[in-house]
Amino acid sequence: MNGTDQRPLLELRGLYKSFGAVQVLHDVDFSINPGQVTALVGDNGAGKSTLVKCISGIYSHDSGEFRFEGRPITIHGPRDAADLGIEIVYQDLALCDNLDIVQNMFLGRERRRNAVLDDPTMEQMAAETLASLAVRTVKSVRQQVASLSGGQRQTVAIAKAVLWNSKVVILDEPTAALGVAQTAQVLELVRRLADNGLAVVLISHNMNDVFAVSDRIAALYLGRMVAQVKATDVTHGQIVELITAGRSGDLGLPPQAEAAVAMDANGVDQ
Amino acid sequence: MVRATADNAARGRIGGYDPPSVGLAVIRIGPVLMLVVVVTVISFLSPVFLTTRNVGNVLGQTAAIAVLALAQLMVILTRGIDLSVGSTLALSAVVGAMVFESVQSGPIVILAMLATGTAVGAVNGALYVYGRLPHPFIVTLATLSAARGLALWLSGGQPHRGMPDIVQALGGGLLGWLPYSTFLVAGLALLTLLLTTRLVWGRWIYAVGGNPEGARRAAIPVKGVLISVYVLSGLAAGVAGVITAGRLNAGSPTFGELAELDAIAAVVIGGASFLGGRGNVANALVGALMIGVIRNGMNLLNVDAFLQPIVIGVVILIAVELDVIRGRLEERFRVIQAVRS
Repeated sequence: MNGTDQRPLLELRGLYKSFGAVQVLHDVDFSINPGQVTALVGDNGAGKSTLVKCISGIYSHDSGEFRFEGRPITIHGPRDAADLGIEIVYQDLALCDNLDIVQNMFLGRERRRNAVLDDPTMEQMAAETLASLAVRTVKSVRQQVASLSGGQRQTVAIAKAVLWNSKVVILDEPTAALGVAQTAQVLELVRRLADNGLAVVLISHNMNDVFAVSDRIAALYLGRMVAQVKATDVTHGQIVELITAGRSGDLGLPPQAEAAVAMDANGVDQ
Repeated sequence: MVRATADNAARGRIGGYDPPSVGLAVIRIGPVLMLVVVVTVISFLSPVFLTTRNVGNVLGQTAAIAVLALAQLMVILTRGIDLSVGSTLALSAVVGAMVFESVQSGPIVILAMLATGTAVGAVNGALYVYGRLPHPFIVTLATLSAARGLALWLSGGQPHRGMPDIVQALGGGLLGWLPYSTFLVAGLALLTLLLTTRLVWGRWIYAVGGNPEGARRAAIPVKGVLISVYVLSGLAAGVAGVITAGRLNAGSPTFGELAELDAIAAVVIGGASFLGGRGNVANALVGALMIGVIRNGMNLLNVDAFLQPIVIGVVILIAVELDVIRGRLEERFRVIQAVRS
């Protein structure tokens, strides 16, 4: 089912996660490749955020196997994920308005020299990272984040994730709150991340965004991974069907299973 | 992106003539400006005001408030508040005086006073963080009452006379015309400045105030940061206790009444935001000095003592209103920039 023959950078197999009686993730397989944008789509409550939180170590999973660069791994907390080079850019950004761009990019991982903050080095590294992403929309890296536009803030949040020689960047609805021009800017940046060799996961509700930048599309339906396909092999309509019905022609759940899943989840999920 | 460069050039050219940017530059140094104005006015009205003896007097009287304000600043930077510092000051002074009655050792007395303050601060921090109380206002309101009560109970409601020489020197001693306490304040201010601007912990204090959830996700030890600022605030109350007890050569359970409000007022006059994450050491000191200067000036000018709190109140309002105007101007400035780019 994989879109390429490449060995995946991160591979999840048979992932289960429940909250009490609610089974949120059910036998989920998910793989992401370096140099590609993998779109993760699904309706509200399909389990996208839960899946991401399992990958980032915020949630522990019930069962399932993680492989990173082919090695089996375990992730017990956000630190483990960060150590592997997995960075998450959250929907609500998690930037501090009262700090400047440099301070935000190094938040929690500040550089020190002789126990004192090494601001010149941090400023230089931040500027270099922004330059490497061809970001020219911010005037100065010493600007307070409060003074930035939505697109610029998203750019800073993404650049922050890239700063740490990360290998996987997961973006949770990066364009949800943006206008047309800013969305284009951010998508361009997302594409550039993959072109620089990173494995990028893009969570989005917007099919235009998904088809604009994705190499592969993974669709979740009521906690099940119903398809992982090349973006060029499917149409808008098929993805929408996968999201809403879990099935589209040959893709997705078999007909009976679909009905069972829907009944199973009725009134429990979401 | 040629467009961005052109925009920058345009901004630079127009920037110098922007009315909002000029207004902003002036209003940003608001607290300092206000202090300069107040000092100038009082020095014209009273010939005594700028004499070395009176300046030393003002600095000596302001020392305790300044120390409390430095710590209160850090608390307020994290979106918190510490109402207990006045009571803690009194408790540490009483403990110090009573320790001195049995142990005639300056260092031990000072240690006891600092330990008392730190202990109250630790209780505040731990109750707030681990007791999951909704707001530090409540915790520190409780310790405001409890610490004052403890000071009254321990002392039997009476001032205990006598403090070691070293405490008296710290509170009231002079080097030339400058009080020793001024050097103490300057030293502590430098340490606070170092902490808040040059150390990682200080950066985290700002981060916790700016976005607690974001700080948590960035793996910043938010609980540790929060506890630390209340511990430091308690320690500062201990230091202020040393200064006050030394100045008056006694430990009294009535010391430091409403001192917490002076400290908060100083920080607020200094432009710190109650919403956290904004404020700096220099302006907090300016705020403390402003309160000291106004009190002293009105005494020199024989202003009715009952009118003084009114003036302080008006100054607080002016300072905060200036800060609100600053915020609006910055917002407008931002919009203008956004429109241009």
